[in-house]
Amino acid sequence: MDPSAGDMNNYNYNGGVVLAADSRTSTGMYVANRASDKITQLTDNILFPHLQAADSQLISDYVRYFLHQHTIQLGQPATVKVAANLVRLLAYNNKNMLQTGLIVGGWDKYEGGKIYGIPLGGTVLEQPFAIGGSGSSYLYGFFDQAWKGGMSQEEAEKLVVKAVSLAIARDGASGGVIRTVTINSEGVTRKFYPGDEHPLWHEELEAHDSLLDKLSTTSPEPMVS
Amino acid sequence: MSSIGTGYDLSVTTFSPDGRVFQIEYAAKAVDNSGTVVGIKCKDGVVLGVEKLIGSKMMLPGSNRRIHSVHRHSGMAVAGLAADGRQIVARAKSEATSYESTYGEPIPVKELASRVASYVHLCTLYWWLRPFGCGVILGGYDRDEPQLYMIEPSGISYRYFGTAIGKGRQAAKTEIEKLKLSEMSCRQGVIEVAKIIYGVHDEAKDKSFELEMSWVCDESNRQHQKVPEDLLEEAKSAAKAALEEMDAD
Repeated sequence: MDPSAGDMNNYNYNGGVVLAADSRTSTGMYVANRASDKITQLTDNILFPHLQAADSQLISDYVRYFLHQHTIQLGQPATVKVAANLVRLLAYNNKNMLQTGLIVGGWDKYEGGKIYGIPLGGTVLEQPFAIGGSGSSYLYGFFDQAWKGGMSQEEAEKLVVKAVSLAIARDGASGGVIRTVTINSEGVTRKFYPGDEHPLWHEELEAHDSLLDKLSTTSPEPMVS
Repeated sequence: MSSIGTGYDLSVTTFSPDGRVFQIEYAAKAVDNSGTVVGIKCKDGVVLGVEKLIGSKMMLPGSNRRIHSVHRHSGMAVAGLAADGRQIVARAKSEATSYESTYGEPIPVKELASRVASYVHLCTLYWWLRPFGCGVILGGYDRDEPQLYMIEPSGISYRYFGTAIGKGRQAAKTEIEKLKLSEMSCRQGVIEVAKIIYGVHDEAKDKSFELEMSWVCDESNRQHQKVPEDLLEEAKSAAKAALEEMDAD
């Protein structure tokens, strides 16, 4: 069974871009990876949150390769628009074989922070914010009323963390920790919010240590005595 | 400077004992014998000007264009064999559109110059091709700043503040060096280029000529276009007046 989506969102603030994603990769009911890092780096200034599916990994590998060559040829970092266009060419020209929605976010010196959404058919859409993944269904209304332009970096980071936590609360395929990446003129900053550090909603239980930790002290007990 | 390359000049894939490729040098002579082409980079854009020597009185003014637009933001002025020049312009146009299809943004002028230079150089590497008999001055205004490049038949490409090729290049370059380009606007630049071209035109040796000028600047919205009619006329009369002043001295 294909790994199913988790949740990811990107937000453009005044001076850069914040990306956030959950960390759950599930195959059906089984959580294949509860601590995955869904945000891949295409270049020093451009990132690509994706859903750990083969299609998006493949596209990200090709685009990273093309962007690297392009950067060498140009003699300066690539722009986010170029990265988005390369992704879109792959998505559009191979639309028969691929099934993946993608987001490209980054910062360059000409346009500042930019987010491009590339849904299933291979359209490119420049957006002030973008969301994707199975958990994103629960966030459309939230962003419609919570988004405003000109936010500061702290406000934007709080917003995306809140959004991912809301998705985690409602979507079974989303969970784990929240990872955020902020990109601006100064570079890339990664942050990590473990289970006990994100907001809880309406009767969600607090996270507590795994019972397994309570059982074992130094070495695990042998199962067969 | 010119020496006979007896024996070593039959093919572009042959070096002479003193390390020269004569075929490329002969190609450059084709450029040197054509009408002068001048390009300058002002503070807000690039101006290109061509001394288009008129072959016959029957030719329609405005025909046989020597300046071509390569992309919205850049243009090329050609000196030397016109047919060769057309080929280079076609290639440059194709490179520009292919870059934009792949990368989604207009080709940076530096990249365009590099690609055109590679193409011109390509034709100096094989015995079954001959070098292009034309030099090209490429002016463009991309997201960084206005830029001016010159590509020679050898495939060398340098970036310039101001440059000239063709018959009157030595005199033209001397005049360009006198200008304060970093403080000049393109409007003034157009007038200066016209003066230079009228100045270097040799009335005795050559027939009449037509002045062809183009620019890419803030005033033209960073698009490459022919210099507007009224400004062109103003430049022509200023140039003619300057000539008369010189004659009067």
